[in-house]
Amino acid sequence: MPTFVRTEKCDGCKGQDKTACMYICPHDLMKLDKDGSDTGHAMKAYNQEPEQCWECYSCVKICPQGAIECRAYADIVPLGGSVQPLRGSDSIMWTLKFRNGVMKRFKFPIRTTAEGSIDPFGGKPMPKLSEINDDGVFTKMVLGGYRAGNPAELIRK
Amino acid sequence: MAGTFEAPEVVQEELDILLVGGGMACCGTAYEIMRWAEALKAETGKELKIKLVDKAALDRSGAVAQGLSAINTYIGDKQDPADYARMISNDLMGITRDDLTYDCGRNVDDSVHLFEEWGLPIWKTDATGVRHDGADAIKEGIPSLKDGGQPVRSGKWQIMINGESYKWIVAEGAKKALGLDRIQERVFIVHLINDKNDPSRIAGAAGFSVRENKIYIYKAKAVMLAAGGCVNLFRPRSVGEGQGRAWYPVWNAGSTYAMAAEAGAELTMMENRFVPARFKDGYGPVGAWFLLFKARAMNAYGEDYMTKNKEMLNDYPPYGQANVPAACLRNHLMLKEMKEGRGPIWMDTVSALGKLKETLSAKEVKHLEAEAWEDFLDMSVGQCGVWVGENVEPEKKMSELMPTEPYLLGSHSGCCGIWVSGPTDVGAPTTETEAGVPAHLPKGWNWGCRSMTTVNGLFTAGDGVGASGHKFSSGSFAEGRLAAKAMVKYAMDNASFSPEFDETPEQIAAAIWQPAKTFLEHKDYSTAIDVNPNYITPKMLQFRLQKIMDEYVAGVATYYNTNDKMLAVAEEKLEMLKEDSKKMRAKDLHELLRAWENYHRILTAEAHMKHIQFREESRYPGFYYRMDKNFVDEKNWHCFVNSIYDKHSKKWTCFKRAHVDLVDKSKLFKQAAH
Repeated sequence: MPTFVRTEKCDGCKGQDKTACMYICPHDLMKLDKDGSDTGHAMKAYNQEPEQCWECYSCVKICPQGAIECRAYADIVPLGGSVQPLRGSDSIMWTLKFRNGVMKRFKFPIRTTAEGSIDPFGGKPMPKLSEINDDGVFTKMVLGGYRAGNPAELIRK
Repeated sequence: MAGTFEAPEVVQEELDILLVGGGMACCGTAYEIMRWAEALKAETGKELKIKLVDKAALDRSGAVAQGLSAINTYIGDKQDPADYARMISNDLMGITRDDLTYDCGRNVDDSVHLFEEWGLPIWKTDATGVRHDGADAIKEGIPSLKDGGQPVRSGKWQIMINGESYKWIVAEGAKKALGLDRIQERVFIVHLINDKNDPSRIAGAAGFSVRENKIYIYKAKAVMLAAGGCVNLFRPRSVGEGQGRAWYPVWNAGSTYAMAAEAGAELTMMENRFVPARFKDGYGPVGAWFLLFKARAMNAYGEDYMTKNKEMLNDYPPYGQANVPAACLRNHLMLKEMKEGRGPIWMDTVSALGKLKETLSAKEVKHLEAEAWEDFLDMSVGQCGVWVGENVEPEKKMSELMPTEPYLLGSHSGCCGIWVSGPTDVGAPTTETEAGVPAHLPKGWNWGCRSMTTVNGLFTAGDGVGASGHKFSSGSFAEGRLAAKAMVKYAMDNASFSPEFDETPEQIAAAIWQPAKTFLEHKDYSTAIDVNPNYITPKMLQFRLQKIMDEYVAGVATYYNTNDKMLAVAEEKLEMLKEDSKKMRAKDLHELLRAWENYHRILTAEAHMKHIQFREESRYPGFYYRMDKNFVDEKNWHCFVNSIYDKHSKKWTCFKRAHVDLVDKSKLFKQAAH
């Protein structure tokens, strides 16, 4: 189900050196065709290796123009369906269109805090080097997740 | 673009600690390491130079890039880390490192609590037993896990999440901890460098930018190598446009195993593989369907093969007598139906949802439907693509299940990887009772800093750590954290050590750039860019690898069967393939990325083949069968198979290491069936 870029919607991320889809694709698939020599569409992005696409939707979700969609793999799936997300800051909306015309919409939360709000060490202790040989991580005493276990279970100790 | 390479610029940098990879394991390392580095600076004034290098972008790199619908490892306050270690041992047919799994088990929940604090929505069950999604739970005033909130269990160890942005959230934490100037994205590390004066020590790593003509060479005292497992070393079931839709991420190219092996690190259990039975073609997850929605799988004639074929489990004592049979044995029972012509195998989603609907209100039914779809949309959107294209509404139409092509990994339901030093406080052996371990390798299970490989200064986590599967996302992050702390300790203990490369920067750069040079030298010999006797494209080389592995090393083509004779053929063919990898071409930086990924795949595949050849039994029936030794041999092979690779002679040496239980496994099994 490789991604494809809608010609009329892609703006090449307004002439910046790299596009959002190029930035995000984990498999280096998206490419900006600067002069149109690869696709005939200058300053637009395209998926340069569709048979390597994991359909992770990272590019679809990040595209500021909503220009990227997926077409299910032609070698397996009948034509006509589509699965398209609209990702916001706290939730994602999915629109599913079946080959037979059935439509479904789902909305799911994706995050319970504001984007960019993580304070990684806020409220966390500063460890001491004297503890560096102890088992466990530096947040062990504050996050309540350390499971000490029943010592009797360790039969060779 | 083709043929317009300029000579690469070589960028060199000296660090104390280098992190290779950007997935859950490296994000965990990044988070923990910065706090200990801060402590070191505060107490001694010494500042460590640290850098993370990722071939992709941290926000969406690694196996969690797409998201997840569950966290598969959360121990909770009602289970013991020993129970977790037992479950893993059972699922991996008895050969795992209890020290590593136990340590992961006691530490993992801390990180899950951290993710929830950072904003990951975690489903909760309220006092009346009603399920709430992660955002709704907060609105309803249900406490966080840390404060006693009850997760929704989709299995004994799994909890449900709204995880579309799981990696995005974790990456934000890791990026903020590191600071952006300590992160280098889009640089693919392809080669580790040993120390000139001590070949058993790491001195650095090198790679290239996939965006500009630059080679990066890092000198470092300690290196975290956590670059995922290995996908597409076998011919996938889908060979056209669908070949990218692998079950595990297609960008996992075996880089962890290959680079570690070349650096001299001891690998373990490389014969292990994972063959997940998943929804056919889209590879959507089945866990929630089995465990949360209580669906059953059956053959084409409506027979439940787990019941029908249960006697087959008695062939594999004691593992067959476990309350929950290992994943490979479940495949074994399914494969009997497929091989004898009673396929396709169906997941009966219709009956499962129908039954659930009997006791639910209309609102709850709608919620249930959304939950079922979210399971795919969070982590396997492609499965939804298959369903909408084929008009599959799960309440009306069942879906096919199929065992996939084999995958190599150490964090999910597999346990291949690198042999690492474990914790010292859980009773792990400190001696070795098997003869044949090469003399330069350590005895016992803890010889140095936690998570260090047998190469001094080289650490790993996640898919990199062998003999300790079932860590999944949270456990990989936790393992990265445990390693981070040990890396700081290593850097402190080796403060005066100054690494020196055993190769010159020129040699390193030349080797990395060779596929581009090969292309430029020969491209005008023929008129067709892809057909040229002087080079091979990375794509064709990958096809050749996949064909060999599929046909001779127990891929789907032979229903996962091989034997000693087939392995001997594979061995010879892989030798020639490895030789030909030196003739890979790269017409642009993107193809240079593919060239090096495929080189890593070849070494990983070779390790897999050599280990299967060495282990003269079939330890994982349902994942692979050595038909010349089609049994589990507890007497002779209840042991680890480990190996080392000599980068000069390019030869593997396999050997046994003794297996020891640190927790009592007899609790797993029903009373003997016979």
